[in-house]
Amino acid sequence: MSGPTQYQEIDDLIGSKSSYKEGFITTTDVETFARGLNEEVVRAISAKKNEPQWMLDFRLKAYHHWLTMKEPHWAHLEYQPLDYQDYSYYSAPECSACDTATPEEKAAEISEQDDEIAKTFAALGVPVVGNDDENTNIAVDAIFDSVSVSTTKRADLEALGIIFCSFSEAVQEHPELVQKYLGTVVPYHDNFFATLNSAVASDGTFVYIPENVRCPIELSTYFRINEAKTGQFERTILIAEKGSYVSYLEGCSAPARDAYQLHAAVVEVVVHEKAEVKYSTVQNWYPGDENSEGGILNFVTKRGICEGDYAKLSWTQAETGSAITWKYPTCILKGDYSIGEFYSVALTNQRQQADTGTKMIHIGKNTSSTIISKGLSAGKSQNTYRGLVKILPSADNARNFTQCDSMLIGDKCGAHTFPYIEVENATAKMEHEATTSRIGEDQLFYCKQRGISEQDAISMIVNGFCKDVFKELPLEFAQEAEELLAISLEGSVG
Amino acid sequence: MLLDVQNLKAQVAEDESKQILKGLNLQIKAGEVHAIMGPNGAGKSTLSSVLAGREDYEVTEGSIQFDGEDLLDIDAEDRARKGVFLAFQYPVEIPGVSNKLFLQTSVNAIREERGQPALDMFDFDEFAQEKIELMGMRKDLLERSVNVGFSGGEKKRNDIFQMALLEPKLCILDETDSGLDIDAMKVVANGVNSLRSDERSFIVVTHYQRLLDYIKPDFVHVLYDGQIIKTGGFELVHELEENGYDQIVQAFHAQANI
Repeated sequence: MSGPTQYQEIDDLIGSKSSYKEGFITTTDVETFARGLNEEVVRAISAKKNEPQWMLDFRLKAYHHWLTMKEPHWAHLEYQPLDYQDYSYYSAPECSACDTATPEEKAAEISEQDDEIAKTFAALGVPVVGNDDENTNIAVDAIFDSVSVSTTKRADLEALGIIFCSFSEAVQEHPELVQKYLGTVVPYHDNFFATLNSAVASDGTFVYIPENVRCPIELSTYFRINEAKTGQFERTILIAEKGSYVSYLEGCSAPARDAYQLHAAVVEVVVHEKAEVKYSTVQNWYPGDENSEGGILNFVTKRGICEGDYAKLSWTQAETGSAITWKYPTCILKGDYSIGEFYSVALTNQRQQADTGTKMIHIGKNTSSTIISKGLSAGKSQNTYRGLVKILPSADNARNFTQCDSMLIGDKCGAHTFPYIEVENATAKMEHEATTSRIGEDQLFYCKQRGISEQDAISMIVNGFCKDVFKELPLEFAQEAEELLAISLEGSVG
Repeated sequence: MLLDVQNLKAQVAEDESKQILKGLNLQIKAGEVHAIMGPNGAGKSTLSSVLAGREDYEVTEGSIQFDGEDLLDIDAEDRARKGVFLAFQYPVEIPGVSNKLFLQTSVNAIREERGQPALDMFDFDEFAQEKIELMGMRKDLLERSVNVGFSGGEKKRNDIFQMALLEPKLCILDETDSGLDIDAMKVVANGVNSLRSDERSFIVVTHYQRLLDYIKPDFVHVLYDGQIIKTGGFELVHELEENGYDQIVQAFHAQANI
């Protein structure tokens, strides 16, 4: 295990990647594990977090299973097999005085460290404890590399019985809930990356909404990968008890680094009877530079189950970042009359690759699902929609509506659609619409003839194309998503 | 002289075999209304596109002076900002983009060019509502997506409405009357007439005399095979209506053979 290291200021590096505004690096002392993965590392992560035996057992079970698995390469993505021994599996802002110092010294050092991190989040526009505004209508859990550094508004939420804390805290303070749900929606052996996550899960967010409580504010997690050559493996668990409601949003960014960084998260959502969960993601991980050097590999397993009748789960995502994205947020519609929704905008530019979509698994009767996917490809990128709608024999009168639209910007990019439909019940009603268009020369000329610059015209046309999805995002994030699109598209034409 | 087109030759971009304009001359003073008529394939729409700066066409020879500037040095968006407006033969749909956003962006781009302050949402709304009434547009126009779900007539009227908002120096109407019923045509003609002024010129490209009956152009040109082969006053419209283009075309060929 390495001692504290000092981050380097690499201003010029960031300068050359000016279009990715979040690409700066935070300078702070950190504790980062030596690169490599073995049973000792898994035990060390668990020990570092002071975890109970059951959590360690879960990790080890997953780790041993992972050793028997092969990295999947079936997606429409091109990348070399990763060297898992070349990543570090734990990195945290460090408090070097913690072991020996007096409480006063400890507090002083922590506050100094926190300042740097607080500045980072402030620069990203994320409220954390100390800089959060009393009047904001949002609670934030900020995660920096492997650990959660701040959770705001906690007291307000506790009054309602809502638990909103980091995953590590939940393991300590709500072990019965974590044990009850961990691995129930995404089992430890589910897939290669989910299994890896189960073994080395760093931190993440835990949300619990009690029966009949409508969470009055948005809950949000902001993930930041800072350390180079580090993997981030969050585990997020969100439980909505009977009749409850919550809107949860996650945002992501990372510094511009010239080597791939691995992000393999797992999200598990459980929606009980008559509860509703809106889960939104604005993902802006560093996409790599023009020559596809560096960037985040975003290999994520997100799955939710509508456990009870009339439960509803919506996934909304605006994906503009990452070098490679591989994710298929899933709704398992088990309860009768349960509803699954997936609204997605996935934009790829330069040499980004995305293979993303959703799975809707209909089990209960009268279940319905809606999929609206808008794929935008620019530069030399490849953008793939891959979706599965599965109607099981028990799902009488299931309904699905799927609309997949792709837009090409320029002529060196690609858009691909792989919809899988498996129907095992004759009463199902399925609708599927798909379109591919090139951003119209006619549309561009029409705008330019009205004095609108090409860049504004593209941004306007693209945002119009994505409107059906953006209107599903909470208001302030819809704005953010629009701006992200504009930034991500800079220089994509001409 | 507001517009001075000299010996203009243009082809489809990167295709030498498709020479469309073959030495076209046209001079327009401020305040004048010129009609351009001609058979299919004569180059009427190409002329409109080349003036507006569409990149599908390549100018191989000749010059276009507009308001003292060389128009060929300026790209489409700057031509628009300097006061060249094209009402499209087929106005384009832009799904998900409201007329309000589209037009406010457009109006403010042009105001910026003129050194005027940008209109905020409220001022723009007020400004637009006046013109909506003038053009007999639906009240919810600003909330609807640009041309999406509009009938053919509504799309054309929407273009004239935009013309009224942007107050250009040179208005080019590219077969705006095609596909319009008589009532819609009257609305378009009224719109054009209400915008006529000593500073504003028009090029009205059309197949039919009907629109011209309402607009009464100062000059009428016959475009044939990429050149203007005859120019006259309003009476030429009726001559064409009665005799078609044949006589004029034959006379042109006879002269060319001398």
